[in-house]
Amino acid sequence: MNATQTLIALWTLVLKEIKRFTRIWPQTLLPPSITMAMYFIIFGNLIGSRIGDMDGFSYMDFIVPGLIMMSVITNSYSNVASSFFSNKFQRSIEEMMVSPMPNWVILAGFILGGMARGLGVGLIVTIVSLFFTRLTMEHPLLTVLVVVLTSALFSIGGFINALLANKFDDISIVPTFILTPLTYLGGVFYSISMLPDFWQGVSMLNPILYMVNVFRYGFLGVSDIPVGWALAAIFAFIIVLFGIALAMLERGKGIRS
Amino acid sequence: MAEPALSIRGLTKVYGNGFQALKGIDLDVQQGDFFALLGPNGAGKSTTLGVVCSLVQKTAGKVSIFGIDVDKDFAKAKYQLGVVPQEFNFNQFEKVLDIVLAQAGYYGMTSREALPRAKQLLTDLGLWEKRNGSARMLSGGMKRRLMIARALMHRPKLLILDEPTAGVDIELRRSMWEYMRRINQDEGTTIILTTHYLEEAESLCRNVAIINNGDIVRNTSVRGLLAELNTETFLIDTSEAITDIPKIDGFEIKQLESTQLSLVVHRGQRLNDVFKALSEQGIQVVSMRNRANRLEEMFVSMVEGSGQGAIDQRVEKKEERV
Repeated sequence: MNATQTLIALWTLVLKEIKRFTRIWPQTLLPPSITMAMYFIIFGNLIGSRIGDMDGFSYMDFIVPGLIMMSVITNSYSNVASSFFSNKFQRSIEEMMVSPMPNWVILAGFILGGMARGLGVGLIVTIVSLFFTRLTMEHPLLTVLVVVLTSALFSIGGFINALLANKFDDISIVPTFILTPLTYLGGVFYSISMLPDFWQGVSMLNPILYMVNVFRYGFLGVSDIPVGWALAAIFAFIIVLFGIALAMLERGKGIRS
Repeated sequence: MAEPALSIRGLTKVYGNGFQALKGIDLDVQQGDFFALLGPNGAGKSTTLGVVCSLVQKTAGKVSIFGIDVDKDFAKAKYQLGVVPQEFNFNQFEKVLDIVLAQAGYYGMTSREALPRAKQLLTDLGLWEKRNGSARMLSGGMKRRLMIARALMHRPKLLILDEPTAGVDIELRRSMWEYMRRINQDEGTTIILTTHYLEEAESLCRNVAIINNGDIVRNTSVRGLLAELNTETFLIDTSEAITDIPKIDGFEIKQLESTQLSLVVHRGQRLNDVFKALSEQGIQVVSMRNRANRLEEMFVSMVEGSGQGAIDQRVEKKEERV
């Protein structure tokens, strides 16, 4: 395929993915906005007013970046995991496999589709948060960069999960038992400086903590951890996981007999 | 001489569980041919086609499409190839038009090229009116036609049809045959067909390969294969119930029902002798027809001869009044 044909193929796949999640918007776009509105009302307003300041900011202002990031992470991941697995399940993945599209285009198409949903939901949650607080951004470029990279990273994660999955249960295990606990323990609702030293050390092993903190740094200008290290870690994870996903696709893991 | 549309050499496939689906097969399909790949269930047909389409990874061997080695430039080879699989493999929740346009996009076609092509194909296949409906709302026959339209979007020179008319009613099947003939004859598209309807292969195809237990057991012209047919079985309906099975020298006769006999006729035997003998024994023949089509008989004898007796129940019985 020449460069133009490759771009057309990539755009076709991305557009198809966007059409998919917008077609089922009551399942994909509406629930996170409702859930996050609940978080804002209950944790931000009702309970937050009794908690007081966190790292020098109102509790509502503290949790908004974390909740936006949580939405981006879960939606990026679950979009690719469920879409790619559905393609496997319905065998419509064969449409792509018999075409001359290179594997990296298939992978990139699903990642960009997952990012479109993750970032779209992030934007919706951000808009919802404006009903509860006045958002300011200390470092806008960094904020955008880290949310885009995080979305890409978890889209790749969802892709690998779907490649390895043999049944629908297999694509809900990781989000339920790994992603959700790591997100909740990733400093979304609290500053790790509140934890004893031991648990601060344990928290530093949680990759989501870095993403939430850098994202919060973009909004508020404060972070529990060094921003440069966090960005480097996200980049490294993206490169490694993309390589693994592409190698699995080239080998036909889970899709070729 | 032009490169074959498909050339397979020493193709072997051993699945992870140790099952050897293909045992080093060789096969050539010439450009412009209408070729049938026949065999009982589990013989290796779909595995062979799966390797050609890159849905199955081969263990050993070489596959070339119009002279392009798939190991060296599979992307280029795939441009020549259109595939209509045995099972529905599109997203049932997508619109009909979106499905064919997406396929064109995967081949790098612009929407300016793809839209008129989609309109032409969907119209030809009677689906244009359904273009904005969800694919799951289509009937089984329409879904099969949708897969044909999708496979033809990028104008492939080699079209693989894996049981394209399975579960399709007779009328629709015949209209699909006409369409396939047209793209083979008018557009020069090489077609490889697998089917359980042997009448279909006999009617459409010029050449045939029979695969059984992972080996090609015959590879010849349909006409040549039929010429080798030594026996035909006829069903004879009589005007009155038969009490004693008639005996005619050299012919095998069995009573199936009170007014129905089966008659096996070997090459060189004359039906006149049968009618004459039946007449002498006071049996009046009302009608007579083939028990099954000729290729089917040949197929059954070959497969049984190689130790494979189980023929798919979907083999269609063709009955021709004489």
